[in-house]
Amino acid sequence: MQTALVSVTDWIIVVPVLLPLLAAALLLILQGRFVSPSILTGLAVLGVGVGDLFLLRRVLPGQPLAMTMGRWLPPFGISFVADALGAAFALAAAVVTLSVLVYGRSEPPAARAGWAFYALVLVLLSGVDGAFLTGDLFNLYVWFEVMLIASFGLLVFSATPIALDGALKYGLLNFLATSLFLLALGLLYGTLGTLNMADVIARAGGTNTAVLTAIAALLLVAFGTKAAALPLNAWLPASYHTPPAAVSALLGGILTKVGVYALLRTLVLLLPANRDLLEPLLAVVAGATLVLAPLGAIAEGNLRRAVGYLLIGGIGAAVVGLCVPNPDGIGGAVAYPIHAMLTISALYLAAGLIEDAAGGPEVNRMGGLYAVNAPLSVLFLVLTFAIAGVPPFLGFWPKLMLLQGAAALGTPWAFALAVCLLLNALLTLLAGGRLWARIFWRPADSEIENRSNAPPNRRALAFGSACGLAGLVLVLGLWPEPLLLTARAAAAGLLAPDAYVSAVGMGGRR
Amino acid sequence: MEAAFALLAGAFVATAVYLLLSRSLLRTLLGVAVLGNGINLLILVAGRLTRSAPPILLPGQQQPVGAIANPLPQALILTAIVIGFAFFAFLLVLAYRTGQAFGTDETDVMRAAEPSSPREPLSY
Repeated sequence: MQTALVSVTDWIIVVPVLLPLLAAALLLILQGRFVSPSILTGLAVLGVGVGDLFLLRRVLPGQPLAMTMGRWLPPFGISFVADALGAAFALAAAVVTLSVLVYGRSEPPAARAGWAFYALVLVLLSGVDGAFLTGDLFNLYVWFEVMLIASFGLLVFSATPIALDGALKYGLLNFLATSLFLLALGLLYGTLGTLNMADVIARAGGTNTAVLTAIAALLLVAFGTKAAALPLNAWLPASYHTPPAAVSALLGGILTKVGVYALLRTLVLLLPANRDLLEPLLAVVAGATLVLAPLGAIAEGNLRRAVGYLLIGGIGAAVVGLCVPNPDGIGGAVAYPIHAMLTISALYLAAGLIEDAAGGPEVNRMGGLYAVNAPLSVLFLVLTFAIAGVPPFLGFWPKLMLLQGAAALGTPWAFALAVCLLLNALLTLLAGGRLWARIFWRPADSEIENRSNAPPNRRALAFGSACGLAGLVLVLGLWPEPLLLTARAAAAGLLAPDAYVSAVGMGGRR
Repeated sequence: MEAAFALLAGAFVATAVYLLLSRSLLRTLLGVAVLGNGINLLILVAGRLTRSAPPILLPGQQQPVGAIANPLPQALILTAIVIGFAFFAFLLVLAYRTGQAFGTDETDVMRAAEPSSPREPLSY
């Protein structure tokens, strides 16, 4: 049992959750007076990013950092545990949020709706970081609800019929998913008598496989919906194109990856024996998502909806890693969502710039945009290659890890999934290439003009923030060592949970 | 006793699924509310139903005397009720605004975000 106080330097584990919550509270009090809300928010998110970086450096050698709240010893108190997986995801989320904030300054004030927009972004980030860092399943449910309520607010902000329609479908289906999560938690508590993750690991082995597998299946449905894996993806193309582009980039970049994170955490770390039993199902989900989602992108005429389908295809790649339980496979499942957070957000931002320049979301009405904005066409092409996983960019490395893992596993399932991965890259390239040709290359139907109303300096700022993310994708693709090191450390921690369990102080109970 | 409560929770969830499958938005929302109550009941049963003392320490006591009821499910349910209530209220207002915008609560009509008319295919 761990009874000593956590040293003050280790309190850094609560910074990514506490700092945005406090900043959001401050914004609510000030209501936009005295301090510019965007600058206050930017500083808070920057602080979170620095905190995440220190946290990641601290836990990368393999020893997770844990803190249990309020002098209630684990498993009764709520534990916060940072391991390489959670800290790396939190860092990527902070980077995405910062880019989106910079981009958001370029949108017209009506779309930003003042300080409340920034408060919601901060609450969203706090919920996401809480989900990444908590070591308690019920607490994970609470953080899911925190980020859900913040995302509702961001989605309905403009209150146009299309935004209301999208938010309603998003809201109902996601609330249903978290309700199923809560249902699974009730059953898990009834079976094991605990919801502390480290305690679940210590108790789950070998007890009542049938019930635990049913619970694992329920968790798969709940988190599969959050991650928008086929066939539970219907809410994503219905909602993520309705808000302003900055909100699309924020939600599309971060939220689905929290679902992937929860799948990794529950199926691989907590219930590995039951994941083995669910493997055929996971493989079908992964294969179907990989192949069918890019087909949706090819058939789609609305730019941001097409990007949404490309996002869903990437979720399939992450689920492949769940079917390949070796260090390479799980490492790929950790690295892919980090790549997808950065690339998908950049793609949504680029889509926002394109829609701004073309005056609408319909790809069929665009054309000849190359003449208006040639740098934007380069950016979009680069991001298309990045999301398909073409070598100089970041997306190549996670896919390589997944292919290596599948080859090492060597089962027919694994080979089928490897084929699906390659097919996904081809179809994604096809979809992205068609979009690019349609938007930029095709001769314009009418006279080419820039229909954007934004002043040039704001457009430059927005373009700069999208380019910043794309540059990060390129740099990390050329120098992938930090990401691969982190992914391997996270995979090792997921596959051998002893360090996790003893960090929380439950080591003696095994 | 627990078996009866488990069946009751199951009946709640079954009713909720039936309501959720409706095309009418109001019924769907009622389904969400019933589902939340069914799940809360399930958590209560998961903590085991016992006839024992309330989990309260009297002044001077360091630990309870004899068997006490399990306090954890109640804490979980309290949290879940608060969250569920807030979400239900939000979804109700959202549905009301959406109903105003579309003039109906039939979800079939609400196709602003996903137009049902076929688009021309993306070709050259």
